Amino acid sequence: MQITPLGDTALIVAVGGAIDEPTHQRVQAALRALEAPPLSGVVELVPAYTTVTLFYDPLRVLAAGAPAEDIAGWLAAQVRQRLENPPQLEETPARTIEVPVCYGGDFGSDLAAVEAHTKLPAEEIVELHQDPEYLVYLIGFSPGFPYMGGLPARLSMPRRASPRTAVPPGSVGIVNDQTCIYPLATPGGWNLIGRTPLRLFRPLEDPPVLLRAGDRVKFRAITREEFARLEALA
Amino acid sequence: MSISVLKPGLLTTVQDLGRPGYQRYGVVVGGAVDAFAARVANLLAGNGDNAALLEIALQGPALRFKADTLVAWSGGDFDAKLGTEPLPKDRPVRVPAGAVVSFGLAPHGARAWLAVAGGIDVPLVLGSRSTYRRAGFGGHQGRPLRAGDVLTLGAGGDWANTILASLLAAGRAATTWSVRPPTLGAQPKEGFVRAMRGPEWELFTPEAQRRFFAEEFRVTKDADRMGVRLEGPALALTAPRELISSAVNAGVVQVPPGGAPIVLLCSRQTVGGYPRLAAVAAVDFGRLAQLRPGDRVRFEEISLAGAHELYIARERNLNRVRTGLTRLVG
Repeated sequence: MQITPLGDTALIVAVGGAIDEPTHQRVQAALRALEAPPLSGVVELVPAYTTVTLFYDPLRVLAAGAPAEDIAGWLAAQVRQRLENPPQLEETPARTIEVPVCYGGDFGSDLAAVEAHTKLPAEEIVELHQDPEYLVYLIGFSPGFPYMGGLPARLSMPRRASPRTAVPPGSVGIVNDQTCIYPLATPGGWNLIGRTPLRLFRPLEDPPVLLRAGDRVKFRAITREEFARLEALA
Repeated sequence: MSISVLKPGLLTTVQDLGRPGYQRYGVVVGGAVDAFAARVANLLAGNGDNAALLEIALQGPALRFKADTLVAWSGGDFDAKLGTEPLPKDRPVRVPAGAVVSFGLAPHGARAWLAVAGGIDVPLVLGSRSTYRRAGFGGHQGRPLRAGDVLTLGAGGDWANTILASLLAAGRAATTWSVRPPTLGAQPKEGFVRAMRGPEWELFTPEAQRRFFAEEFRVTKDADRMGVRLEGPALALTAPRELISSAVNAGVVQVPPGGAPIVLLCSRQTVGGYPRLAAVAAVDFGRLAQLRPGDRVRFEEISLAGAHELYIARERNLNRVRTGLTRLVG
């Protein structure tokens, strides 16, 4: 474990060096341990692939007992102590969420490019994409945007040479060994193969997202008609 | 109590201290770019730190007040007016019913914060009233103000009402005293911001490390609430490196391939993957918030402990001012 300052209001706690499932599990375990209960002065914890970043208020850390000349060092020692003696927590089982996707057509504007790159017919690409149970490694880029690992190697493909300025919400994309869903109309460079009618970001709910880091995701192909029906319900 | 927007200004938004706690869901913290100036403006209007106020950028709005209201503004050097008279900065001002407050162009600086007693009454979304433009929620209908908008105000507190009454009795628009945010903390030298080494400092060439703290950078036209792109000496890594994305922080100086650094501000994305050469001290975010295209800026190195010392001193000064202001009305 390595703890590094990120400016004067955050510490990065690194628990690994690769994007893989064991590291992800360590990140989730560190997050749970640091949340039960949060250390004094810690404002927010943000997990990523290999790190948990801990945002703090220096004044409140000082008030919690840190020496004025080494606030960050004192907080880092508290973090170490907590992670080396983690509280006994019940592990919550991972959720598996089914995401319906209408593949191809104008919902999957890059499907032809994926066919050309992978030398696979569209039907097989769609089959392969539905095959794995994906792991949500990270929510970032935009609210509710999941980076999901587990894409079959045969579908691996680089980013689009020129990103789109506005990707339609619900678009499902692939890049390298990951797949994603765009919750909002944002710029984006992933190769789009389909679209889900589900709303991934719901600002009036708490938590405001359909998918969270640690979730498992299964995609299921749907027709245009089913897309329209589900979209009306969403 | 309400305000009518006669002219919206270039980019006037409702902000507070932001929306911490949701970065893990990709929701940016946002809020006022200079949170400290926003807190001082709120204090001078008799509000709590986190009351919703207006952030004004480059060219300000014109606003008509429906009722007598105590206001205060802080930040960059805007040409601010109450009717045809100057609207003094950094102090409580009584805006009479029907009067118009307007902010013209900023000759220097980029942003100001206008607090109104009682705060702007917009719904809390995920714990904050701040506008999150990219996601289209928060603040006033999730967007910058437009002409014709009407903003409802909360009820001003006892402190604001007492000051308002004393200004009316004295026949003055503004108090004779002021609280200037820069006087509450030791300021960097003119043209500088203070910065610490970042997590990837060691990945940069010795030349990049030396030039970052020795040379001047210019603010490009890519300067918004997410960050400020600079141009200056190219900052190279000793070897190309692919980093795994992780959380970033306001003030972080990240360097994309190409070597032109970006200083991140409050509406930065929640995660990033560029090497982080440095991080600006939180006490100097006020300077960052005033940078506009064409401005020059230099970085002065500060230790983490030094940055904390400044941070704590400024908070203690603000607390002293808060106590003094409370006593003012008995």
